[in-house]
Amino acid sequence: MSLLSVENLSLSIRGTSILQDVSLQIDAGEVVAITGESGSGKSMTALAVMQLLPDGSEVDGQIVLDGNNVTAMDEAALCRLRGDIVGMVFQEPMTALNPVQTIGAQVAETVRLHRPDLDPATHASEVLARVGLPPGLIPMSRYPHELSGGQRQRVVIAIAIACGPKLLIADEPTTALDVTTQAQILDLLVQLAREDGMGLMMITHDLAVVAQLAQRIIVMQNGAVVEAGDTPALLTSPQHPYTQALFAASNHQVTLPEIAQTAPLLRVENVVRDYALPRTRLFRRPATHRAVDRVSFDIARGERVGLVGESGCGKSTLTRAILGLEPVQSGSITLDGTPVFSGGAPDLTVRRRMQVVFQDPYGSFNPRHRVARLITEPFHLLDTPPDNTGDRIAGALTAVGLSPGDAQKYPHQFSGGQRQRLAIARALIIQPDLIVFDEAVSALDVSVRAQILDLIAGLCVQYDLTYLFISHDLSVVRTITDRVLVMQAGQIVEQGATEAVFTAPTHPYTQTLIDAAPTLPASSKTKVMQ
Amino acid sequence: MLRYALKRLLSLMISLAIASLVIFAVIEVAPGDPASFMLGINAQEDTLAALRAELGLDQSKLQRYLGWVVGMLQGDFGTSYQYRTPVAEMIGDRLWVSLPLAIYALTLSTLIAFPAGIYAAARRGKAGDIGVMGATQIGVAIPNFWFAMMLVLVFAINLRWFSAGGFAGWDKGIFAALKSLTLPAIALALPQAAILARVMRSALLDVMGEDFMRTARAKGLSRAQALRRHGLRNAMIPVLTILGLQFSFLLAGGIIIEQVFYLPGLGRLIFQSISARDLIVVESVTMLLVFAVIVMNFLVDLAYAAVDPRLRARA
Repeated sequence: MSLLSVENLSLSIRGTSILQDVSLQIDAGEVVAITGESGSGKSMTALAVMQLLPDGSEVDGQIVLDGNNVTAMDEAALCRLRGDIVGMVFQEPMTALNPVQTIGAQVAETVRLHRPDLDPATHASEVLARVGLPPGLIPMSRYPHELSGGQRQRVVIAIAIACGPKLLIADEPTTALDVTTQAQILDLLVQLAREDGMGLMMITHDLAVVAQLAQRIIVMQNGAVVEAGDTPALLTSPQHPYTQALFAASNHQVTLPEIAQTAPLLRVENVVRDYALPRTRLFRRPATHRAVDRVSFDIARGERVGLVGESGCGKSTLTRAILGLEPVQSGSITLDGTPVFSGGAPDLTVRRRMQVVFQDPYGSFNPRHRVARLITEPFHLLDTPPDNTGDRIAGALTAVGLSPGDAQKYPHQFSGGQRQRLAIARALIIQPDLIVFDEAVSALDVSVRAQILDLIAGLCVQYDLTYLFISHDLSVVRTITDRVLVMQAGQIVEQGATEAVFTAPTHPYTQTLIDAAPTLPASSKTKVMQ
Repeated sequence: MLRYALKRLLSLMISLAIASLVIFAVIEVAPGDPASFMLGINAQEDTLAALRAELGLDQSKLQRYLGWVVGMLQGDFGTSYQYRTPVAEMIGDRLWVSLPLAIYALTLSTLIAFPAGIYAAARRGKAGDIGVMGATQIGVAIPNFWFAMMLVLVFAINLRWFSAGGFAGWDKGIFAALKSLTLPAIALALPQAAILARVMRSALLDVMGEDFMRTARAKGLSRAQALRRHGLRNAMIPVLTILGLQFSFLLAGGIIIEQVFYLPGLGRLIFQSISARDLIVVESVTMLLVFAVIVMNFLVDLAYAAVDPRLRARA
């Protein structure tokens, strides 16, 4: 009998159908991946197993976990089950831990709840050591804010496995982490599952993450399972059209036009950006943290340049300096020979020639303004706004694949992908010389991401764009840029033609990044190419 | 933690110094000469001059400011223009009424508000929540002086459980003194409790939506256990802020309630002194209240740090 057996599970929340007839099995010691885009119901399936569904949920069907029919159990019995028979790891390690309790106390609490025979503190220290946080190195008296993202995720994993559960559910456990940390956490999860003979349910939107780890893959779409099968078979010959489309989108490649001209546009020379740290003594100068360390590079007109690196490497600081949003301590940044920041203030005549597209398509628009107003905001940078505003709006909306009629709508009437199109329209409308894409496709589902990448490639043909594309996702940068800069600890450690850097990296850090980045096996790529 | 406390203490000192300057300056520019007020409009010029000299009003502003501050540090607040008694004594007597009243009211308010807020948050959207929220809505809306008069009507005049006003004095025993402060404390506490309960509820509801509450449930804690062990402490920051503000208000702002119950408290003292242009009393009581507010903020800051380790680290 399976460890977990979900039979014909249907779920609706306040009348809205979320899951339809979901059936799946996980055996002891088996790693099963559930994948699909946002809204496919993969997280809700996991929460249904935990019986931690939102208020107003109505469940139909059967979930049997280790012989317990959880849909029929009362709350007290479920509390005994959670944390003991089944543990769960969440997506966001930054917020998944209680900020006002030490990590030791948080791990010990699970032990105290389910294993009265064990000494909570001793057992917690053993479990923390097992997940790579030996108390000798990372004391149990640390608070979550004193740990890095990867370390926090290890604490969350320690909480989940403290009582030796039979099933471990990991809901996007590495999505918020850097590629190198992601690789370590994935290894840890699989190793723990193997050692303890746990079933591991791994939920992810990123097929590449699970391609190497999972024995079986379950693909969900709109609350239903569309395809399930052994990993090698599913990757080489996906049967369902949606699975095929998902694979294609994950490996999506675009073709950029040839660079038309090579006159230099943006020149960054020896730029240093220091941040003051909190003052330690009243009359002593506060120490500084060097976020950007003597960075130099050029972007030629018409060039598409990528900037990759892990969080905290200085990507965002460099971006803000280029946009003239912050002063730099030394070095110079010029656009067409004019400094972007001079005399203690950003130069507005330069800034109007640069536009930026941000990561979050939800947070970067004022929800109370209509599209027409939102995308014409860069006009405020011009001394004389153009007369033909209406035509310009219609032109920009058409260019990004929306219709001129959308100008009177509000942002909430658009999907995430459409909003990112709006953000691009806002950047395009004053025909800037340089566009900065700051993680502009990172929050999007793979199929939407593929569409936006196509859109950017198309705009390159139409408008001869110059852009700086900042991303932690190497596969995206590889297809959408001509040249790439690799940044580590404030310095650019390698730069060169994108394809050359990716096929033959010269710096060890670049090699580490490329090795850590999960990729789909070649067999599935060839299938997609056909 | 010690560094944090020392830093807050330094900020407390600076605030006090600035406050004393502002209070002195404001009272200084206020029109009216205490000497002529004391002696009446028909006073002779040389008598006035003599009185001014006696009161120290003829000295330079700097001398008077320094004299005032140094005196206060030594516990000498000067002599009341009106009653010719040491201000320190007058304030001392009143403080023994106002301070216990404020603490009494704050204790009552906390004892009512915490359980009510937690109860409402745990039963969000259900009958219990709607009931508590309705009651607090009324509590916020009712003026406390009207409520005070209703208390007098019911408990003093009809039931005769308490006296309608006045203060028994601490020499009559703690019980008698507290008894005479009970109705005023209730009148002060209920509107404050209503506000505090609402803050407690909304802070808890915010915390309940946090990811770590889901982690707590996934460990096997019940909803109530998760709320108690992980929710409460995280919800304390906004609650402590309101508590600090309320204590300051209770100490100084009980003036109407003091009038209704005829209590010899600080509020009444400052009111009478302003009417009588007894500026040195006004100055000193104001400074004392500012001191109380700043010290209260200091204590609230320390409480923040005790609750949230991230604040300790930031200092």
